[in-house]
Amino acid sequence: MSNNPDPLKGYRGPARETLARFGVRVWSDVRCTNNSGSVFEGVILPRSETFDDLHIVIKLKTGYNVGVHFDRVVSIEEIGYKEAVYKIPEQEFPRRPNLPKVTLLGTGGTIASRLDYRTGAVIPAFTPGELYGAVPELADLCNLTTRKIFGVFSENMGWKEYVILAEEISREIEGGADGIVIGHGTDTMGHTAAILSFMVQDSPVPIVVVGSQRSSDRPSSDAALNLIHAVKTAGEGDIAEVQICMFGPTSDRYGLLHRGTRCRKMHSSYRSTFRTLSDIPLAVVSREGFRPLNTDILRRDASRKVRIDTAYDDRVTILYYYPGMDPDLVDALVEKGYHGIVIAGTGLGHVNAPLYPALDRAIKAGVHVVMTVQTLWGYAQMYVYDTGRDLLDIGVVPLDNMLPETALMKLGWVLGHTREHDEVLAMMRDPVNHEITSREPHNGYLILQGGLPEVESWITSQWK
Amino acid sequence: MQQTIDYDEVGFKAGLEVHQQLLTATKLFCRCPAGLYTREHDGTVLRHMRPTLSELGEYDGTALMEFKTKKNIVYLLHESNTCTYEMDDTPPFLINPEGVDVAIEQCLMLGCDIVDELHIARKQYLDGSIPTGFQRTAIVGVNGLLPFRGRQLSITQVSVEEDSCREVSDTGHLIVWRTDRLGMPLIETVTGPDLRTPDEVEEAILLIGRVCRSTGHVRVGMGASRQDVNVSVRGGTRIEIKGVPKAGWAPALVDGEAIRQINLLELREHLHNKGFTSPETIVVEHGDVTAILASSAIDHFRVDAWQRWLEATGRRSGFECGTGPFSVRGIRLVGLKGTLEHPTQPDLTFVHELQGRIRVIAGLDQPPILVHDASWPGTAAELKAVRSELSCGPEDALIVVWGAEGDTLTAVEEIRLRLVDALHGVPSETRQPFVDGHTNFERILPGPDRMYPDTDSPPLALDRERVGALRQTLPEAPWIREERYSEAGLPLVTIHFLIRRGGARLVDLVVNEAGADIREAGFVFGERVKGLRRKGVAVDAITDEQWISWFSIVRQHPVAAEDHNQAIRWMARRPGRDPQDYFRAASVGVSPDNWRERVTRQTTTQHPDHPDGTTAQHRRFLMGLAMNDGLRGRVPASEVLQAIENGARGVPDVE
Repeated sequence: MSNNPDPLKGYRGPARETLARFGVRVWSDVRCTNNSGSVFEGVILPRSETFDDLHIVIKLKTGYNVGVHFDRVVSIEEIGYKEAVYKIPEQEFPRRPNLPKVTLLGTGGTIASRLDYRTGAVIPAFTPGELYGAVPELADLCNLTTRKIFGVFSENMGWKEYVILAEEISREIEGGADGIVIGHGTDTMGHTAAILSFMVQDSPVPIVVVGSQRSSDRPSSDAALNLIHAVKTAGEGDIAEVQICMFGPTSDRYGLLHRGTRCRKMHSSYRSTFRTLSDIPLAVVSREGFRPLNTDILRRDASRKVRIDTAYDDRVTILYYYPGMDPDLVDALVEKGYHGIVIAGTGLGHVNAPLYPALDRAIKAGVHVVMTVQTLWGYAQMYVYDTGRDLLDIGVVPLDNMLPETALMKLGWVLGHTREHDEVLAMMRDPVNHEITSREPHNGYLILQGGLPEVESWITSQWK
Repeated sequence: MQQTIDYDEVGFKAGLEVHQQLLTATKLFCRCPAGLYTREHDGTVLRHMRPTLSELGEYDGTALMEFKTKKNIVYLLHESNTCTYEMDDTPPFLINPEGVDVAIEQCLMLGCDIVDELHIARKQYLDGSIPTGFQRTAIVGVNGLLPFRGRQLSITQVSVEEDSCREVSDTGHLIVWRTDRLGMPLIETVTGPDLRTPDEVEEAILLIGRVCRSTGHVRVGMGASRQDVNVSVRGGTRIEIKGVPKAGWAPALVDGEAIRQINLLELREHLHNKGFTSPETIVVEHGDVTAILASSAIDHFRVDAWQRWLEATGRRSGFECGTGPFSVRGIRLVGLKGTLEHPTQPDLTFVHELQGRIRVIAGLDQPPILVHDASWPGTAAELKAVRSELSCGPEDALIVVWGAEGDTLTAVEEIRLRLVDALHGVPSETRQPFVDGHTNFERILPGPDRMYPDTDSPPLALDRERVGALRQTLPEAPWIREERYSEAGLPLVTIHFLIRRGGARLVDLVVNEAGADIREAGFVFGERVKGLRRKGVAVDAITDEQWISWFSIVRQHPVAAEDHNQAIRWMARRPGRDPQDYFRAASVGVSPDNWRERVTRQTTTQHPDHPDGTTAQHRRFLMGLAMNDGLRGRVPASEVLQAIENGARGVPDVE
């Protein structure tokens, strides 16, 4: 029962010829001797296609792997055959009638997984039984249902997937779920949380997007604790919004619940990468319970009817402005048939003067141009300087403190409804769920500067 | 109790895993400086480890054990030596090429075959010693041989790997680690199980140390080299004694372990004879006896004393403390009377085996961790009451543990598991060494299942040009050097010191470049330099060029050799400056005018009235005066002595 049609998987060129010559294959348990008389005993592993075609990889009995150069091989003798069987042990997820019903929708991130020790391949655990085996604490929190919607990396999520996801959420809510958890890769988690905030409105129950920064095959992974926090939030939490649930600090302490429209991944690898910008997070979640931070929330209400609105237009893009940007970029977008452009402008929302005529042409051609700030924090306030005022005159719409990625998602969603300029403008500037806020609290921007003695003295007294 | 054994008869076998830090500027998988240790910290991280399922859908034994301990793991960070990689918040950078080069060089010294392509693996450790939960490690060489006692010591494999954290404290459920050492490159040299006596173990550790150090590219000093010693006897199990800090500790440790294994095998026979053969035959019953002992005079049994102890030792709920209320738990071992008193290591009994497991796994660490009926500290009435509560019969043994309720329950299960292990003989484990020669349980020995490929790091081909270039510059093997120095007449202890501490390189340098005499150079670098370093002279600042120049001077003016110490002090204060300057200023090698007259005059006129003017002792005194009066390094001591003798005898001095 081989799920591997090529017995020399991944091997090319001389390495492949060598294996063939000695009549051995991937998963053969071998005794390989080289021209220095060294003997390597172990299993031949498949080789990644991206590696060279000169080496044969053997997993030794000690668990180490080594690569043997084909031209040093004197003999390879097959002693046995040990094919890896990819199977995750399942244990039945206990059902407890008094616990909330939570549905986990999978998009492809590996929240829980088992590792294939020979190849290093990560096999996602996904059924309730598999998840129970990996994170038994979940059974104390909810009755879990899981459904795998896609199996894609988060960078491969797109408009079609957003629509399906919104519809699946609706189906689960209609089906009586007390909360929804969405397992998602972290790279574009912010985009998904933003678009779901527009496509799924007035939810009666929490919708929690969760992932992990250290994959769950590692003993130090944040996956299990993130999943526990997310399931607790979905099942017991009071916030019926689309929210991201990820580590607050990098220590195993608590998670933060971030509003889907105001949240961004801010570090390529830290566990505590997600941050609410220009506002404060919704709440703190830990195994012990919740600590509300933001009182302006949509509360859980089982009687509320969810509204699903999945209209979209995918001809939208972000233009990240830089000094000296050539106006032909804007012309090219118009020519290619884009309907909406989100500019991430400098400072308060600026681009240089040579771009004006191109933007003018674009807007006259019916393209909707909106302005956000690449500073990420703060407002686009285009009336302050002449540059801004000129842009307003051309018809560039300022989006205040909407995040560029959120603006992109919203513009695509709005253009799915109308391409009438006034209507687009009105919808863009009318917040669905705090994507524009009228005030920025003074603690909405907090990047402590390391090195300052007063900051250091506080930081050293806290868990990182 | 068996105290002395015939190693051959019991089938004693031992092998080594020698860890040696490499001398590189930066760490192995990030760009932090290597070798920069700190006592302070400016950041703390709290983490937990969770075992990952093995290939068969089972948890690795060690991993599960470490998870059961429910440890809170704290890392102390300092920005000077730790970045986000050590915190496990940044993936590894590509492996440090300098570290790989030094590792290849070490493998070549150890006579190994260099692997063609390096594959970085993850080796799981859930004790928290590495924040990722695994150590990144890769085999560099295999199949090496070292000459040893007229035979060959086999080197199974050499791997390059990142060092772990340093343990700061381990209290109850909290373990604290410092991350300064984490990530420093080291090599692990694994020998075959070729060693037959404890003395051989010590000698092999020293031999591998000399081989590693002879390149000058490894670190020396505290903690730079540590070894694990694997020991077994016939019928026993491979036991790993971890982190033996000094070769001199090894003989007593491995002897004690061999005795422990023999005694555990005897215990197995004893238990089998009594009908304990399968896990089901081990019956362990327990009950809460807190109320029965509530007014005991023994502190361990009372909640008030327990609370005071928690406060006095600074144990916080949710960190060091376990879960649940204070509980004293009686544990009845059905039919196992006498088992606890069975000897194990010299001067220790089976109780020690249980204490180790309970301390590590259940987190109960208030000494003595447990009491039993044969060492009952309380009153006879208390013992009777507890035995009666647990329905103990005359053939049953009784243990009492105390602490947080959850931990006492874990302790019961660990006692049962350890007793089941006793039916099989010697359980696989790693043991922690102590200076008095005994060892204690550290963790269950992990299997090969804990190794898996590091998906963050690509394989690295070690091309033949690179290996060839390193082979070209390889220093002489220490045993060849040893022979050469021996023939020149250097004592073995000096030779070993020179090889270990890098002096051999300088000896060969001045012999080759300045035509120095091997014996003289060996004496200077093996004895004088060592002495001056100990006195705080910055001898390591002296450059190769300075040494060459100084030995050239000595070769031209042999008398200058008597002035080594002054010259070395001069060079150490002026790194890089040519000692020719010193030589000229001090007129080294050039006899002052009329020196004989001065010596004679001093001998005959200034100290004529010494009560015993002709004794050897007085001559040495006069000699010192004369040498310090500007003669050292300028006139040979033998000539000065002759002048003093002449002066004392009143013989006129003749030029």
